[in-house]
Amino acid sequence: MDNWKDQKNVFWTLATPGTFWLLFFFVVPLAFLFVMSFSEKAVIGGEISITEYDYLTGFTNYLRSVEPLYLTIMWKSIWVSALATVLCLVTAYPIAFGICFAPDKWKPILLLLVVLPFWINLLIRTYALIAVFRTQGYVNLALGTVGLGPFEMLYNNFAVIFGLVYVYMPFMVLPLYATIERLDKSFLEASLDLGASQFTTFLKVTIPLTMPGIVTGIILVFIPCLGSFLTPDLLGGANAVMIGNVIERQFKAANDWPFGAAISFMLMFATFGALMIRAFLAKRSAGVDV
Amino acid sequence: MSLYQPRFSPTRRSLLKGSGAMIAGVSLLPRFALAEEEKKLNLYNYDTYIGETTLTDFTGATGIETKMDLFADMDELFSKLKAGNPGYDAIVVSNDYLERMVKANMVIPLDHSKIPNMANIDPDFVNPKFDPGRKFSLPYMWGTIGIGYRKSAVGDDPMDSWKVLFDSDKFAGKISVLGDAQNVLGCALKYLGFSFNSTSPEELKKVEELLIAQKKNIKVFADDNGQDLLASGEVVACQEWNGDIAQVMLEDTDLNYNVPKEGTNIWEDTWAIPTGAPHPENAHAFLNYILDGENGKKIATTVQYATPNAAAKKLMPPEYTGSPAIYPPKEVLANCEATIYLGEEVTKQRDEIWTRIQAA
Repeated sequence: MDNWKDQKNVFWTLATPGTFWLLFFFVVPLAFLFVMSFSEKAVIGGEISITEYDYLTGFTNYLRSVEPLYLTIMWKSIWVSALATVLCLVTAYPIAFGICFAPDKWKPILLLLVVLPFWINLLIRTYALIAVFRTQGYVNLALGTVGLGPFEMLYNNFAVIFGLVYVYMPFMVLPLYATIERLDKSFLEASLDLGASQFTTFLKVTIPLTMPGIVTGIILVFIPCLGSFLTPDLLGGANAVMIGNVIERQFKAANDWPFGAAISFMLMFATFGALMIRAFLAKRSAGVDV
Repeated sequence: MSLYQPRFSPTRRSLLKGSGAMIAGVSLLPRFALAEEEKKLNLYNYDTYIGETTLTDFTGATGIETKMDLFADMDELFSKLKAGNPGYDAIVVSNDYLERMVKANMVIPLDHSKIPNMANIDPDFVNPKFDPGRKFSLPYMWGTIGIGYRKSAVGDDPMDSWKVLFDSDKFAGKISVLGDAQNVLGCALKYLGFSFNSTSPEELKKVEELLIAQKKNIKVFADDNGQDLLASGEVVACQEWNGDIAQVMLEDTDLNYNVPKEGTNIWEDTWAIPTGAPHPENAHAFLNYILDGENGKKIATTVQYATPNAAAKKLMPPEYTGSPAIYPPKEVLANCEATIYLGEEVTKQRDEIWTRIQAA
């Protein structure tokens, strides 16, 4: 392969749009929020200003974000997201497996079906779930014909977790599919030939070999779940608040951008922390490529 | 390993053409924005909150082309304009947010000489507390927050007290309240006999305890879909704006709306011109146009809120002017309060209380 230094024109032509994008639509806004998280609303003429800020005044927002009130909500969000991620994994694994072992001509169609929901806006998909689950919705209608129900399925934690699983499932299926597809099937045959049961083979061979896909899927699902606010807002009941809702409110109704920015960064630090732990564990468990 | 290498080697001509197009594209933007009062007008409003033909009628009468963008709530309007006016000439804004925006210099004073139809405004709305002398805003619609309910499901309960929503398990799991701190805390304050705009920590503490205790009976904090929950049978009673309930009442006669006897919030939406509006002349012409009697009538017919336009009200049918859901009786209104903008510190205080209620 040629060194990029020999083809500078090509390199810069290809690199500029991406760099530009990353810089202006990701790094700059993020840096703005980072500065904001250390700022406070300005006091002008003895009154707290609505639109002006004193920049870089200190850590007050971060201190406020670790008050028990916000830590409780953050901890709850982590639990809800973790549960949704596990359910995603448990459901997505067989789906990915099924697609890999399907006849070749079916694979593109099955993959398309997994990706298909992305063609529809998240808001509309969530409203569709409301129509499916509400007291006079389609599920209860179907159950009613066999004499069951109606059940209250909306506006509780079940609905929130179901909504999250439904929305983020494709993020789990696709990386799993990619690794399972690459899995050398002769390893499985060898394991079975050497006397391992189906279950042992799955546990000792399949799972370790597909671990990279599992980890990628977990990261891709867990992180957006943690920040979600639309799903708990629309499907959740009186107890559904997640940290994403608190952040949203700071940027809107509460008009407290500095505090909203601080909680966002706390969430980001927590995510970085989790990724570092993963990297550390991966280093220690030499032998298996995580 | 060989790699396909695309080469970016534009000919001189194509490069010139490309950059020419780019310069044209860039220079067109400011030219449109700077032109002195071209025949254009950009509005920013809620959805379904204007007469069905108002905009096309206005264009027909004046030749001014109108474009209307929509927001979902005041927070969206406020956050968008806070970052700088992206080109709106006239906006719909609620009384308390107008106060905020006046304080932050986000709206410009109106030139009353260009709005002769101001004479049509009901005298009650000429000199409001939040905008003395109507310096910055013109009244558009007003209404109340109350209890929408399903008549067949509540038995003989008169549904005339906030008690059914804030302090009772009579309809446990079958009620919804609004999803914003301001209106839920405010109405609960009214229920306990305090002011809607109270800042007293003791009074707010009582409200917090009341709502935390009531939470187990509340099915959902509904942002702005209480009327849908009510219409679809998810809840039997909800806290909602009167016009939202009035709209579903037109389709389902089993629904009704009451203003609670403890009093409630009375709100007013206004039209204002944001700072930096590119077409202020046209905006004045538009504000004058909608204050006309006939034009105001068409708007009120669609949106079903109470109009502060006396000339328009005169033209409305008795089903509208006589409806207690639209025009509550005078003695009920005497108990109601408008939202006052109380400053950023109070907004923060109320938001924290709201977060504690949500997390409890």
